[in-house]
Amino acid sequence: MESLIGLLVAAPLLGAAVLLCGGRRLDRTGHWLGTGLAFLSFAFGLVLFTDMLGKDGEHRALHSHLFSWVPVGDFQADVAFQLDQLSMTFVLLITGVGSLIHLYSVGYMEHDERRRRFFGYLNLFLAAMLLLVIADNYLLLYVGWEGVGLASYLLIGFWQHKPSAATAAKKAFIVNRVGDFGLSVAIMLMFTTFGTFAFGPVLANATEAGESKLTAIGLMLLLAACGKSAQVPLQSWLGDAMEGPTPVSALIHAATMVTAGVYLIVRSGAIFNGAPDAQTAVMVVGAVTLLFGAIVGCAKDDIKKGLAGSTMSQIGYMVLAAGLGPIGYVFAIMHLVTHGFFKAGLFLGAGSVMHGMNDEVDMRKYGGLRKYMPVTFVTFGLGYLAIIGFPFLSGFYSKDHLIEAAFARGATQGWIFGSVALLGAAITAFYMTRMMLMTFFGEKRWQPDENGELPHPHESPKTMTIPMVILAAGSVAAGFIFNLGERFVHWLEPVTGYEHGHLPEPLNVPLITGSAVTAMVLGVALAWVKYGRRPVPAVAPRGNALTWAARRDLLQDDVNHVVLVRGGEHLTRSLVYLDHKVVDGVVNGTAATVGGLSGRMRRVQNGFVRSYAVSMFGGAAVLIAATLFMRAV
Amino acid sequence: MNPVNYLFLSALLFTIGAAGVLIRRNAIVVFMCVELMLNACNLAFVTFSRMHGNLDGQIIAFFTMVVAAAEVVVGLAIIVTVYRSRHSASVDDASLMKL
Repeated sequence: MESLIGLLVAAPLLGAAVLLCGGRRLDRTGHWLGTGLAFLSFAFGLVLFTDMLGKDGEHRALHSHLFSWVPVGDFQADVAFQLDQLSMTFVLLITGVGSLIHLYSVGYMEHDERRRRFFGYLNLFLAAMLLLVIADNYLLLYVGWEGVGLASYLLIGFWQHKPSAATAAKKAFIVNRVGDFGLSVAIMLMFTTFGTFAFGPVLANATEAGESKLTAIGLMLLLAACGKSAQVPLQSWLGDAMEGPTPVSALIHAATMVTAGVYLIVRSGAIFNGAPDAQTAVMVVGAVTLLFGAIVGCAKDDIKKGLAGSTMSQIGYMVLAAGLGPIGYVFAIMHLVTHGFFKAGLFLGAGSVMHGMNDEVDMRKYGGLRKYMPVTFVTFGLGYLAIIGFPFLSGFYSKDHLIEAAFARGATQGWIFGSVALLGAAITAFYMTRMMLMTFFGEKRWQPDENGELPHPHESPKTMTIPMVILAAGSVAAGFIFNLGERFVHWLEPVTGYEHGHLPEPLNVPLITGSAVTAMVLGVALAWVKYGRRPVPAVAPRGNALTWAARRDLLQDDVNHVVLVRGGEHLTRSLVYLDHKVVDGVVNGTAATVGGLSGRMRRVQNGFVRSYAVSMFGGAAVLIAATLFMRAV
Repeated sequence: MNPVNYLFLSALLFTIGAAGVLIRRNAIVVFMCVELMLNACNLAFVTFSRMHGNLDGQIIAFFTMVVAAAEVVVGLAIIVTVYRSRHSASVDDASLMKL
């Protein structure tokens, strides 16, 4: 069984190598090879999963040591894998959702002449993400982490002939570097503290390290998670990442990339448990991002950017839960999995809508599509119901547990974070309903494209609709299945630990469930009043200051520009000034002094033999005088 | 006769030579003054040789004469060449070495 773990990564990695090096002869079949290898990896995952289910809860983790990578004295870097319940959950999510997205891309990218390369990058993305989740030490995790960054760069900038796509790819890569810096510092700190960076010893000895060290490591890990998972303040790349093809957005938002930060925090749970300050920071980041993303999502007219805001917000939920400690880890991962289903479904649905509408992304130019795209409508609708937390769909369970866990933290913090989570649920319902109404309901607001043709919306081909149907089924059923006898909690408990929270008085579970549903209904009702009852204007109205700011992503780029770009310019300018005036001043000043002195000395050389003779006589006289003087003494 | 008187003469000749080198402009005269200084030294060496009763001073005097002869050859050649090229034997005119 252990040898299968390596094959999980090897299959998509092989696909990437063959597709990227294979050349044009694979243009006609390459996409099926890539898709097949993704499904093969999923099959390996299923085999390992069934094997794992047959074992006892505590003994399910598999270890596989491939080879020693850098054995230098105390520094032992191994290429070794660890597959426990947490990794297994991710492996199934990544390969399952990833394979469906591969299948979808076969149809979506049909007319793209660089389709083979696209599938090569997709396989690379899967391989990097799988390496990230099955690594048994932080250094190997870092390799996967960087691989994910590289693959996302290649895929976001896939349509590199568009300058906006090239810029978005660079932006994603550079913002991610900031987070990567945090991870590398965290790994170095671990090595100096524990003398190793393998999960086993680091997490087992975490309590002995002292709180200040753990806080430092935790904050650096949080910075890393912020970069990869697009949390405030490193969230700015996510909206622009929509420049990539839609399947890429689905892959980044559902199965890979943004989930890496949550994985990192949950995996390092032992470190965060010993550092309450770092945990508070994690919760604050999660809560702020939760509201931030939701507000941005409300104002976007671009369907993909609206979904991007929603992802940011949902990941904010997960990070908030991960910051709660053992009460929340399980629910962070549960929400991550259910989110993987419905967000992938929503993105694939959005891609299907764009496919039928000549690649139009502005929701104000949609309207009334439910009759023309019935399958997309139903699958998107189920994903929509799941994300807003409609009772008994998957989002309902995971989000409800999350809100309970936030309240169960107790004290002022519990009330604040719980209320934020509830408010977030209401806003989520609002923007998702808005999206649904603007796209599938109301009147047709279709506009002719640049060739003067009105779009002819049609249902997408089978390769695209089948993944959507499967994901919709997952969005409906996953939450229910996970909650049957607290199955998911028992599954993850041996790895992440679990602590049943106690709600403070006067709260109880039905009350919180009731208020979550009420918040959802309020959001839906408000959206219906604004966008369902009256017609949606085809040109965006001006709106108030908040709308204006939210359309500009709550000024995140402006803030970055003023603080980082301008600040950096001022810093470099003052450094250049310092260099010119002080450093160059010292060097040039020395040279000028020596030059001036030698100019004076030069006067002595007047060319007259006589004066040289005087100096000779003078010198001889001085020498003789000195000799005589020494004798006398 | 007291040999110290020769030393006084030698010092006198040397001083006359040195003053001539510093004061005179004509290259030939300067050159002759240099010779005068050399010979003043020779006189001093020979006197010391006599006073100490060994031959060291006389040997050095011979060396000086040989070097002086070689120096005269080179020096006069330079002076003649300088005179030919610029029709002047003044040492002050030949001050091109300065910047």
